[in-house]
Amino acid sequence: MTWRIRYSKLGKVRFTSHRDSITHFERAARRAGLRVAMSQGFTARPRMSFGLGLPTGAESLAEYVDIDLVDAVDDLEGLAAVLSDALPIGYTVTAIALRQPGAVSLQEAVTACSWTITVDGVSLQQLTDAVEWAIASRALPLERERKGHRRVDDVRPVIESAVAAPGGDDDPRPRLEAVLLAAERGLRPTELVAALLPELDPLDAAARILRTEQFIDVEGTRRPVLAPAFALQEDRS
Amino acid sequence: MSSLWARIEPLLVRVQKPARYIGCEDGAVTARHGAGKVAWLLGYPDTYEVGLPNQGLQILYDILNGRDDAVAERTYAPWRDLEVLLRERGLPLFSVDSHLAAGDFDVLAFNLSSELVLTNLLNMIDLAGVPVRAAERRPEHPLVLVGGHTAFNPEPIADFIDAAVLGEGEEVIGEVTDVVREWKAAGRTEGSREAVLRALAQVPGVYVPSMYDVEYDGPRLVSVTPRYPDVPAVVHKRTVADLGAWPYPRRQLVPLTEVVHDRLNVEVFRGCTRGCRFCQAGMITRPVRERPLEQVRTTILDGIQRSGYDTVSLTSLSTADFSDIQPLIEAINPAGCGTSDAISVGLPSLRVDAFTVGLAASAAVGKRGGLTFAPEAGTWRLRQVINKLITEDDLYGAVDAGFAAGWLRMKLYFLTGLPTETDADTRGIAELAANCVAIGKRHTNRASITVSLGGFVPKAHTPFQWYGQNTVPELQRKVDLVRGAARGARGVQLKWHDPRATLAEGIASRGDRRIGAVIERVWRNGGTFQEWSECFDVRRWEAAMAAEGLSLDWYVFRHRDEHEVLPWAHLSAGLHEDFLWQDWRAALAGSGIEDCRWTPCYDCGVCTGYGLEHVVASPVAPAGGSQGTGQDLQRGGEVPVQLIGSRR
Repeated sequence: MTWRIRYSKLGKVRFTSHRDSITHFERAARRAGLRVAMSQGFTARPRMSFGLGLPTGAESLAEYVDIDLVDAVDDLEGLAAVLSDALPIGYTVTAIALRQPGAVSLQEAVTACSWTITVDGVSLQQLTDAVEWAIASRALPLERERKGHRRVDDVRPVIESAVAAPGGDDDPRPRLEAVLLAAERGLRPTELVAALLPELDPLDAAARILRTEQFIDVEGTRRPVLAPAFALQEDRS
Repeated sequence: MSSLWARIEPLLVRVQKPARYIGCEDGAVTARHGAGKVAWLLGYPDTYEVGLPNQGLQILYDILNGRDDAVAERTYAPWRDLEVLLRERGLPLFSVDSHLAAGDFDVLAFNLSSELVLTNLLNMIDLAGVPVRAAERRPEHPLVLVGGHTAFNPEPIADFIDAAVLGEGEEVIGEVTDVVREWKAAGRTEGSREAVLRALAQVPGVYVPSMYDVEYDGPRLVSVTPRYPDVPAVVHKRTVADLGAWPYPRRQLVPLTEVVHDRLNVEVFRGCTRGCRFCQAGMITRPVRERPLEQVRTTILDGIQRSGYDTVSLTSLSTADFSDIQPLIEAINPAGCGTSDAISVGLPSLRVDAFTVGLAASAAVGKRGGLTFAPEAGTWRLRQVINKLITEDDLYGAVDAGFAAGWLRMKLYFLTGLPTETDADTRGIAELAANCVAIGKRHTNRASITVSLGGFVPKAHTPFQWYGQNTVPELQRKVDLVRGAARGARGVQLKWHDPRATLAEGIASRGDRRIGAVIERVWRNGGTFQEWSECFDVRRWEAAMAAEGLSLDWYVFRHRDEHEVLPWAHLSAGLHEDFLWQDWRAALAGSGIEDCRWTPCYDCGVCTGYGLEHVVASPVAPAGGSQGTGQDLQRGGEVPVQLIGSRR
């Protein structure tokens, strides 16, 4: 049976890559004694499939992986605890649900992601002005590199929403909250900051990048891939 | 001591592979520093992914953190991108565990596994905020120690280190800790540095270069003599007699990002008495000491369970020689275990024979690694010279068994530039490879052989230490000979090591203290990461030699004679000088020498001098053909070995 698992990736472990995360889950499954179904073929791999890649250096409250387990599971909270323990420090499994047979893969299903970006080097007012200017623009050209080529893209259509918000008690710096569409040429959070605040170095300005949710569309309604809960019944997606 | 993490963290979005710098490995220890504890920073002078798997460093890390009076953290060479940022912002080298400044530790201890990392050693000392020259250090600076195989000739770095530790570290690390603890407790007062170094010089196995005077006559080294009566004239290596008592590392580090040897690595024995004359490791790690089967088995099963790895590599200098290899493989994967929970067992350093290949095939369940053999030389004549006594039949039998077991590709390691090597020997490399492909074609059309060709660098404490290394054009000519001979051979791929890097390695390999200025110059001119082809430029080395008025011919290319004082003559791996010289003469006569773990002792000096014995589980050679030794091993049992299980 394939289980859809939601997890967070926070702290130092964010400097590991998406590829590293795959290894972390493969090892965690073995450490936890979970038997993962293997793919066919000369080099058999555990049947695990991950959602959209998280940029190295970004944190997330909403990562997803589908894992095909050989044995039946009757205690999802127990499974979550076992997996969280077996994963490196910084990962926590927050929801598990049975994946509907025939459901589309996470890669294809996710239509948008929400992000909270802590912005360094600007006031809340400056950030608000930049966001309002960008949202009001018809086009937002951004020069960026893809696969070794520099090119200019209009990134405005990919920004579904963006707002500036005040910082919190833990970190007074203003925050940028944005929903970006998952498109063929998606927009990375640092690129969003570069487009909004071209005068700043985006690597300094995007001080903390946190993915807060990944969304799918179910019958025209947008909802999180998985509600943060443990549901033994089938996931509706 | 306070963490630099908050200042390092913002830099990590700007560098390649930031996971190199975060620590957080499973098996890492949360260090509890304190006034009464000696703080060790264990460094590896190459990138994290090269250094992390190093077993020596992990063993010492585990032992030190298990002591009440010590704490150990780790550091690796930051890649050039991070180094630039650190220097720009005035940040020092840091530990990956707690991100503490390197200069806040009491001891910086580096593992040296090759000569080409020596410029990185200087760079790391400098990045730590410590003067690179030992003479300029003050009591507030950490002690800089080195160990590892390259520390067996530490003369080229004598001016930069406070001490070199010869041999195995398990026991001596505690003795060094005792000395440093007292120094620390006494407040590391003005002038105390000289005293602590003097005390360290009296710990067996510890060599303190500043306690010795060196005399030259022109280019020739005349003597290296102790400056004080209580400093030993000859420093002897340390050897752990009973590895059964040292089951370390107990918790192998599991990295969060890809590293080399990314699997569970479990050492099965130390030392090798095959007697390959080019091999420094085989000479300086004698005698053979096997770990008890039960210790190895438990380490593997616990390690697999804890780490989540599905592959274990059984490490040693020749793993098929482990007496209990067959029962060990059967114990790891008992009959009936399914493919999904089977552990794939890798046997690096395979002996060249069909029996061994059968073993490798049965061990590598599920995931199958590459199959690599090291005949080292292209003809039987030259293999007798280097004492790598593999017959062509051994090799062809091994290759045939490999293709029969389903491998499509094999790798053969060779050296060129060996003593007495003729062009016929060199071309023989391509012929052997072509014959191996022909054997493979009987099994599969896709059969191929990759030849990996390295230039030979003579090393200290080996029978070839007197031999003049080949020049760069000569090595290149030999590479081209093999290329030419292999060109027509379908299915043979050739890879070769840059002969210019071989030259740089040769400068430091047998250098004396005057080479230190060359290493410093190469480093100051930007020559870090010299093992990385994209960072290596031989012109830095040639220019530095010229600037120091030193001759490549003197240091690298000329043959030494019997009576020459070699720069490491005051350092001993236990091998009698006359044994090495006799073995060198035997090499030139094309005469081989037997493996003394199964046949009578020829008194190389190690066992007799140090009161040691081979520690093995069986007094006879394991089953299987000539064992790639060309000797009659059916005799066996003639050696007074110590049998595991019969001890005490």
